[in-house]
Amino acid sequence: MRFAFVLCVLGALSACETVQPWEKGTLSKKEMAWEPDVMEANLRGQIHASKEASSGGTGAAGGGCGCN
Amino acid sequence: MRLFRYLLISCLCAPWVHAAGVAVGDNAHSVILPNLPDNGATTSLVDLRGKVVYLDFWASWCGPCRLSFPQLEALRTELGPDGFEVLAINVDEFEADALAFLEETPVSYPVVRDATGATPADWGILGMPTGFLIDRQGIVRKVHQGYRKNDGAGLRVEIVSLLGE
Repeated sequence: MRFAFVLCVLGALSACETVQPWEKGTLSKKEMAWEPDVMEANLRGQIHASKEASSGGTGAAGGGCGCN
Repeated sequence: MRLFRYLLISCLCAPWVHAAGVAVGDNAHSVILPNLPDNGATTSLVDLRGKVVYLDFWASWCGPCRLSFPQLEALRTELGPDGFEVLAINVDEFEADALAFLEETPVSYPVVRDATGATPADWGILGMPTGFLIDRQGIVRKVHQGYRKNDGAGLRVEIVSLLGE
């Protein structure tokens, strides 16, 4: 039970926060993107795929409206 | 010991506890917010009772919002005389961003602003933009999430149907 209490306190202390859909203004800025230059990222991706014979696995979910 | 168990369960469940929001068939919640651009006055959703209202939550950083504004403006110009109104709620963090958007995409319908996030939380917004089509009695009849380029035609059919009720 003491362990459960410690776990509970640790959980409450964590900095995890759900970003609400209307709070994604900063996240949608260009400088917050994994790849600021989409064209260059695609080019690099193609070269990487041809060299490694594998592709994908570079995407990330995000954006409040599925657009940015 | 039992107290600890309750504490543990409530801590673990906390991330999944959300406000219920507004769904189809519910009465529209109260909205009273300052106008944008700020002229010292507020606009209230209740004042639009008797009209078919499209309540649109938007932000300047949201791509589909940019798409929706001219279409909503056209719908309002066409169907406004029959009793259709749009009320747009801006949720931008910075007012300047919203004003720059409105300068690029001017609209004649009322725009209000909620920088606190209380209104979108109260309405249970899951993505941007989200629109609520509210009938003349103040009941939510449709929740429209996102916006694609052909959505205006579908919306028009539903608005005309609600105006005829």
